[in-house]
Amino acid sequence: MKLRDMTELAVRNLREAILRNSLTTLGVAVGVASLVAMLSLGVGLQQLASSRLAKSGLFDSIFVTPKTNLRGPGAGPPATRAAAPKARPLDEAARVEITKLPNVIEVYPQIRFFTEVRFDGKPFATMVAGMPESSKQSGAFDGMQGAFFSSPNADEAILQIEFAKELNPQTAQLIGKELVLRYAERQSLPSETGGGAQNSGGFSVVPKEKHLRIVGVVETEPASGFGGFGSGRLLIPLPVAETLRAAQVNDLRDVLRDTSSDKPAYASLTVRVKSPSLVDATEGKIKQLGFGAFSLLDASKSMRIFFSVFDLLLGIFGSLALAVATLGIINTLVMAILERRREIGVLKALGAADSDVKQLFFVEAGVMGLAGGVFGVFFGWLIGQALTLGTNIYLKRQDLPGVEISAVPWWLIVGAIGFALLVSLTAGLYPASRAAKLNPVDALRYE
Amino acid sequence: MPPSTTATGLPALQIDHVSRHYSMGESSIRAVDDVSLVVPAGEFLALLGSSGSGKSTLLNLMAGLDRPTAGSIVSGGRNLAELSPLELARYRRNTVGMVFQSFNLLPRMTLEENVELPLRLAEVERGERAARVQEALERVRLAKRTGHRPSELSGGEQQRTAIARALVNRPKILFADEPTGNLDSATGEAILTLLREIQSTMDMTIVMVTHERHLAERFADRLATMGDGKLLSTAATEAHASTQVTTQATTGAGQ
Repeated sequence: MKLRDMTELAVRNLREAILRNSLTTLGVAVGVASLVAMLSLGVGLQQLASSRLAKSGLFDSIFVTPKTNLRGPGAGPPATRAAAPKARPLDEAARVEITKLPNVIEVYPQIRFFTEVRFDGKPFATMVAGMPESSKQSGAFDGMQGAFFSSPNADEAILQIEFAKELNPQTAQLIGKELVLRYAERQSLPSETGGGAQNSGGFSVVPKEKHLRIVGVVETEPASGFGGFGSGRLLIPLPVAETLRAAQVNDLRDVLRDTSSDKPAYASLTVRVKSPSLVDATEGKIKQLGFGAFSLLDASKSMRIFFSVFDLLLGIFGSLALAVATLGIINTLVMAILERRREIGVLKALGAADSDVKQLFFVEAGVMGLAGGVFGVFFGWLIGQALTLGTNIYLKRQDLPGVEISAVPWWLIVGAIGFALLVSLTAGLYPASRAAKLNPVDALRYE
Repeated sequence: MPPSTTATGLPALQIDHVSRHYSMGESSIRAVDDVSLVVPAGEFLALLGSSGSGKSTLLNLMAGLDRPTAGSIVSGGRNLAELSPLELARYRRNTVGMVFQSFNLLPRMTLEENVELPLRLAEVERGERAARVQEALERVRLAKRTGHRPSELSGGEQQRTAIARALVNRPKILFADEPTGNLDSATGEAILTLLREIQSTMDMTIVMVTHERHLAERFADRLATMGDGKLLSTAATEAHASTQVTTQATTGAGQ
């Protein structure tokens, strides 16, 4: 029989025992739905976690420090330190060199300094942090008041909300206003004759002022505190921060330490690579250049392992539901054979081959599986949406931003429907071959 | 001596020492026991006998629904006993048509769809099917109630539908198992009149199982009587007395 005729016949047969077949299909749908709901939850949570983490820049970043920094100033007696090869300073030349490494997107220094801000004639003490342009994508600036810096070189500032509240409880009114940054500029001293080699890295500190326009207010600084020195509360574009040449916390330490360079060296550099998978290789190359480097990749690895196991467990529970549904299909089809013995006998008497009968039952199982799969995916998606809705209501009550905790990617849709089809076809295997083997004479005699 | 054959020379069915045994636990039941019979093409043969005489089993063997334990059944040059299950299904689909006592129409299908079923199985093109269904239904004079379901038809109409279904693939042989068994006598007669008409207009061979001897004598060309699985006698009916009376009881049970 042709497939179209076969399908027509199968659908007609299924329609005939509509209640029982719908219940069986519903069984498959519930099985698939639980599978889809659980996996979508797993996928959604994983996406949520990894997108937050990826946006935070923690997993595609390498934090580079001068070698000495790792050992600390007091490591080892002076004699052994002198014998060791001189550590490379993390200066502008090093930065250029690291930028040239393959797969490196950007290299930027951590610039943070504690300083005074004057607003409305009143002084406020705060931590200033330079923000690279790429931090705009971190997600931390999503939903901020105002806007991100208009350009990397704009004399603009974004305030952390707590700090903004200190300036003016009505934070929205701050946007567009001007504030004055008072900071200490580091100026290298010319080599002094009596100073000796030890003083060659010295500098003088000159008070300076910078006028900045407030463009936005943000909840938290992205990647706050990591590799830095506490949260920045006043954020300015990194290139602007670099031009300030503000004296930083580590400057004094550098002077105490044996750094022979007279150029200002960076306390640390953040290197971002194209993807987390490239972190390992790049980290190795940076170490070969003679710097200390570390990344959080291990943390991301264990996170992926956690989610794999999580998905597996959710999948197992979902599959259990589908297994029950499979038994339902087998039961329905076996019952259908008992009920339709005579019909099978008639079909055979009219010239249906064993394979025709087998295919008919097979197609019936397939139609139930397909319908169950489609409905199941829909129900599963619905459950995921309901969970997301519930979670968001809960989060909203706690004044937290909403999240999407369930995701149904296309592979899950295709996979779930395909799986349902496969399972029901397998479930139809036994009843179909039993129906095909039915002796027509016996089947016709059956009342 | 076998009875006369048609101009082609080949009989529609040639049954040679056919047995069909069933085993029931330890004992063996000989439902058909060493029967030999030739059915000439174009003949209307009635198989008579009491319940359990083996007439229906013999019909099933001839119709390719069952296989003999021993012997051969040759139709169209092929021994049914040696055909593969698929070939046997094709034989049932293309060479023979089957009519049952209980009609065996599929209840959820309309009359038209029931008649169309063999065409679906034979993978006849959709365009051609409607015409063939219409033709078959006209032949049994049911062309007007095509959209009805079997339950909405009378017994006679249901049997006529079943006949149309049996004819729609234009078979060479029509097998009817007690076709009048579930009908009142007037309707039964009308059905047999229809079969007789089909036999002559379509030049078809008909083998009918019945226990109504008086009807068989009126409509069939020849009667074959069975008892205990054996063929007891064959005789031309009075209506067709010109046909030679023959006896095919080869077992010696005889007349």
